[in-house]
Amino acid sequence: MKELMQKLRDASLEAISAAENIDGLEALRVKYLGKKGELTGILRQMGQLSAEERPAMGQLANALRSDIENAIEERKSALSEKLMELKLEAEAVDVTLPAKDVRIGHKHPMYNVLDQIKDIFIGMGFEIVDGPEVELADYNFTKLNIDEGHPSREWTDTFYFAEDSSILLRTQTSPMQIHAMETKPLPIRMIAPGRVYRKDEVDATHSPMFHQIEGMVIDKGITMADLKATLNKVVEKIYGEGTVTRFRPHHFPFTEPSCELDIRCHKCGGKGCPTCKGEGWIEVLGAGMVHPKVLSGCGIDPEEYSGWAFGMGLERLAMGEYKITDLRLIFENDVRFLEQF
Amino acid sequence: MKLSRKWLNEFVDLPLSEVDDRTYAEAMSISGSKVEVTEDLSTKIVNVKVGRIASIEKHPNSDHMFVCMLDVGAEEPVQICTGAWNIHVGDLVPVALHNSMLPGGVKITKGKLRGIPSNGMLCSLKELDCTTHDFPYGEITAAAILGNYHPIDPAKPSISADIKAGDKIFGKVVAAEATAVENAGVNLWKITLAPQGELVTNCQNIHVGDLVAYDTAKNHICTLEDLHAKQEEFPNCIPDGILILHEDVKPGDDIGVMLGYDDHVVEFEITPNRPDCLCTIGLARETAVTFGKEFRQHTPVVKGIGGDINDYAKIIIEEPALCPRYTARMVKNVKIAPSPAWMCERIRNAGMRPINNIVDITNYVMMEYGQPMHAFDFSCVANGEIHVRRAAEGEAIQTLDGTERKLTTDMLCICDTDKPVCVAGVMGGANSEIVGDTAMVLFESANFNGPSVRRTATALGMRTDASGRYEKGLDPENTYAAVQRACELIEMLGAGEVVDGIIDVYPGKKPQTTIELDAAKINAFLGTDIEEDFMRKVLIDLGFTLEGNTIYVPSWRGDVEHYTDIAEEVARFFGYNNIPVAFSGGNTTGGGFNENQLCERAIGEALRSMGMDEIITYSFISPTYYDKIRMPKDSALRDSLKILNPLGEDTSIMRTTILPSMLEILTRNYNYRNKEAYLYEIGRIYLKREDGLADEPKIVSIGSYGPNVDFFALKGWVEALLNTFDIKNLRFRAEKNNASYHPGRCAKVYSGETCIGVLGQIHPEVAKNYGVDAEFYCAELSFETIFALKGGIPVYQPLPKFPATTRDIAVICDEALPVGDMVDTIMAAGGKYLKECKPFDIYKGVHIVTGKKSVAFSLVMRADDQTLTDEHAEETVKAVLDALQRKHNAVLR
Repeated sequence: MKELMQKLRDASLEAISAAENIDGLEALRVKYLGKKGELTGILRQMGQLSAEERPAMGQLANALRSDIENAIEERKSALSEKLMELKLEAEAVDVTLPAKDVRIGHKHPMYNVLDQIKDIFIGMGFEIVDGPEVELADYNFTKLNIDEGHPSREWTDTFYFAEDSSILLRTQTSPMQIHAMETKPLPIRMIAPGRVYRKDEVDATHSPMFHQIEGMVIDKGITMADLKATLNKVVEKIYGEGTVTRFRPHHFPFTEPSCELDIRCHKCGGKGCPTCKGEGWIEVLGAGMVHPKVLSGCGIDPEEYSGWAFGMGLERLAMGEYKITDLRLIFENDVRFLEQF
Repeated sequence: MKLSRKWLNEFVDLPLSEVDDRTYAEAMSISGSKVEVTEDLSTKIVNVKVGRIASIEKHPNSDHMFVCMLDVGAEEPVQICTGAWNIHVGDLVPVALHNSMLPGGVKITKGKLRGIPSNGMLCSLKELDCTTHDFPYGEITAAAILGNYHPIDPAKPSISADIKAGDKIFGKVVAAEATAVENAGVNLWKITLAPQGELVTNCQNIHVGDLVAYDTAKNHICTLEDLHAKQEEFPNCIPDGILILHEDVKPGDDIGVMLGYDDHVVEFEITPNRPDCLCTIGLARETAVTFGKEFRQHTPVVKGIGGDINDYAKIIIEEPALCPRYTARMVKNVKIAPSPAWMCERIRNAGMRPINNIVDITNYVMMEYGQPMHAFDFSCVANGEIHVRRAAEGEAIQTLDGTERKLTTDMLCICDTDKPVCVAGVMGGANSEIVGDTAMVLFESANFNGPSVRRTATALGMRTDASGRYEKGLDPENTYAAVQRACELIEMLGAGEVVDGIIDVYPGKKPQTTIELDAAKINAFLGTDIEEDFMRKVLIDLGFTLEGNTIYVPSWRGDVEHYTDIAEEVARFFGYNNIPVAFSGGNTTGGGFNENQLCERAIGEALRSMGMDEIITYSFISPTYYDKIRMPKDSALRDSLKILNPLGEDTSIMRTTILPSMLEILTRNYNYRNKEAYLYEIGRIYLKREDGLADEPKIVSIGSYGPNVDFFALKGWVEALLNTFDIKNLRFRAEKNNASYHPGRCAKVYSGETCIGVLGQIHPEVAKNYGVDAEFYCAELSFETIFALKGGIPVYQPLPKFPATTRDIAVICDEALPVGDMVDTIMAAGGKYLKECKPFDIYKGVHIVTGKKSVAFSLVMRADDQTLTDEHAEETVKAVLDALQRKHNAVLR
């Protein structure tokens, strides 16, 4: 009987390891372990054994059953693993094929830059104000200390709606300084980005409509040191840490003292190159201390309050940021251009 | 403004060896005089030397070229080939040697000309970037060399090919042979003719052995003009050639140095408030303070020859508001001549051209003192009276540039008793121009109203160096020194005799500006701690005077009138970059975007997430665009704000609709063959207001075309956008009356009864007007309405706990009945269990009566507190079907 069991063990384990699929394995289970299976057959002969032999034989038989069962389970899991492998192989894709089309829209590159600047100022406690583009000459010029005879008022430079030159398309965002001072409670920290208009023919660097950002702070005890501190920070945020700046005297009718802010040319490090036209510096913005005449014209006492203001062109900034070589691209809105940003 | 460093050194010791251009530019820029560019003029002309012609041989391989040997001061002579006929052995000429540079970046290297080595080039005036104003003797006259004669008609030559000395040409003109040529002074040559003998000519192109045409009656060698010959008949006898030098130079001398190019020029960008810096003296003052040097003021001294100007001239200012001051001096026995080399150099280096001594003096003084001057030929001033008045109606003047100018009554003119002789501050008249025989000159040194000069110059279309200065508002105090300097130069150059006395009419004298110096206030304003002594020193060095704390502003600083201006003067020289960088703190402000701005941002984000690209379009359009989009003729939107002085019709009115802007961009992309476009803009329109200004509401403009774009794609975007803002009760109603849109594919979108905007396919006729054969889809939504309707902060709704039941129904109704209306009815009738109703099939055709359609809806029902029972579902469906029948006569299929 012992030999029979050994024979069965050898035969069954060999058959199981040779089984090629789950169904075949199930058939083997029935063949060896089923009610009419071979092991059962052997066990039926247990009755012929002596009472002393039986327990040992029983033990052997149980061990054999458990070994066959284990072998079937093992083989089963090996087979299903193989099956999965085949399935996965059949399902494989060429990952280099093109993806399904996903459309993500693009912000206009100029507004990318504008939003960046807005965020910088918002972080410094500034608010954003918006105002009319069809403007009174009073706001665009007179209240900004730009006298009647100033060349920028000429009809060759400014678009007018009224024969008496009283209504125009704003030529700068600076009238927003006046609107803010006239309507907002003090202190004021604001920027005012927007469209401005000048009578320039369209070419690679000119457009009759372009964008500026105005900024202004009015508070007690504001000094030129504040102006420098804020604008240095802003420039550092725009152009990166370690940007070297210089403040250079300039002239604007509505600020005094006035300055322009240059940054050291990032291309040549100040040695002079075509990018900075050999100067080593690139002009970034104009600024100055709000002229006391402008303050008092808006009903603010210049003895009590002072402030500073700045203005910068957006197009040139965006063109510099993205190395855009022709201003016309900005207003052409070719999708092949827009989708680059 | 161009400044010559050599000229600057007359007033401030600042040699190039001490301060190079870069250091100078940097320092001047940060003290307020922005330097644009610096130029080392010595790089303009490099390795061009004076050469003496040692020999001239005919070129063996050419009938019109010569091979010259030149002494250029080196050990070895230099061989150069030239086509010029005006040179002679012994002449001094400019020689561009191998590896030399001429103005304009022209590089000269050695080479071979028709097989003969040529180690450089002989230079003409033009090649040196000069004219006969620089070298009047450089004018070349050419004799007709008979050997160069080429008849126009070879069959009928005017001069026979075998002509020889002594043969008659015509009249008293005979052929003669030059047997000797010798220099006889500046631009003069002594020619020995066989057999006629010697004569002197200014024709430069005659050489020994040449046959020339000799006029026996006039004892004169004929030019082409004398022979009435055309240039093509004597192709090489041209009034052009090499500049033959008559300067104090020797072989090997540098031509650049001879021309004064051993100088550096600094070009400044001067701000309009500082016209005093538009001259050497003004910049010298700034330079001196910037570098802590002494500024050497020059006071002109005029000797005079007696007499009294008042005996000759009278000056009457009729428009004192436009002419605050008119100062004049008289010069007689004027000798018009070229200016000396030093003056030509400075004029050239500062960017102008020498003309003659009188004109050059006026330009020189303008560049030195910043005061434009004018010189009148006084013999042309009728009755010796100068009237400064406005032009009379219909008056005209021919200006120095030869143009006839019509004048208007707002133009200030300098007139004699009869006529204008000059447009004040702009340009002189041809009728009183300085010419070769001018004997009496009146120097005008006047002050004119800036804006008036600017308007006149603009109206006449001629901005001149003078008007450019005047328009910025000049210092009236400057006229006196300037006219004195002009007369000093007259005497220095020996150009005439200065009559004693000065006429100085000065109706516009202004009181001197004074400002109190308050060092503490300035420091508080700048955020600095600058010593008062420093402030005082800066001001005094700049020409201000101080008495106690009272600052007296010099006349040339009209821009200084307030303590903040003084703060700027102090800050400039303290150094803007030395002002501390410090936040004073001030009061805290909250800052941040407001609701409106956040909403605008969110709209952009939503549209981009749907794949839209943002565009920026011009706010102005052409009035023809309204026709292009088929806007009704009587539409109020056609009443746009009109720009009175537009650049062109295309940008002449402010848009009252954003549609044309979008269509223009869609069309452009379509024409660029971009296969699809998904665009948006949040842009303003400009609606005329009673007060002449505009309401400028923002419009959310969407535009698209492409293979995947149709009405329902567009509707999807609009719906998704509005859902982003939780706008309630959205409904779309067919819009057939918007002429810009396809009448069957256009809708207005509402929230309840509030219209948010319009969307649809652009009318094919409109597309045709844009030259496009494609379906464009656009939407125009009111930003303000979206902002007003947008929901607040969302409130959490508990998630459903019980399963939903779905029932599909199909009903038959009139074909024309909008499905949207049925959905509204269903939702209204469905009661609390009906959560959703989606139309999913519309069927017309077999089994359906003509004029009817079958519409299938999927109803989703759910109870919030229990699993929905069948009875509840049946009740709901029944209520829905009843309502559909009642309201729309729709029956279950």
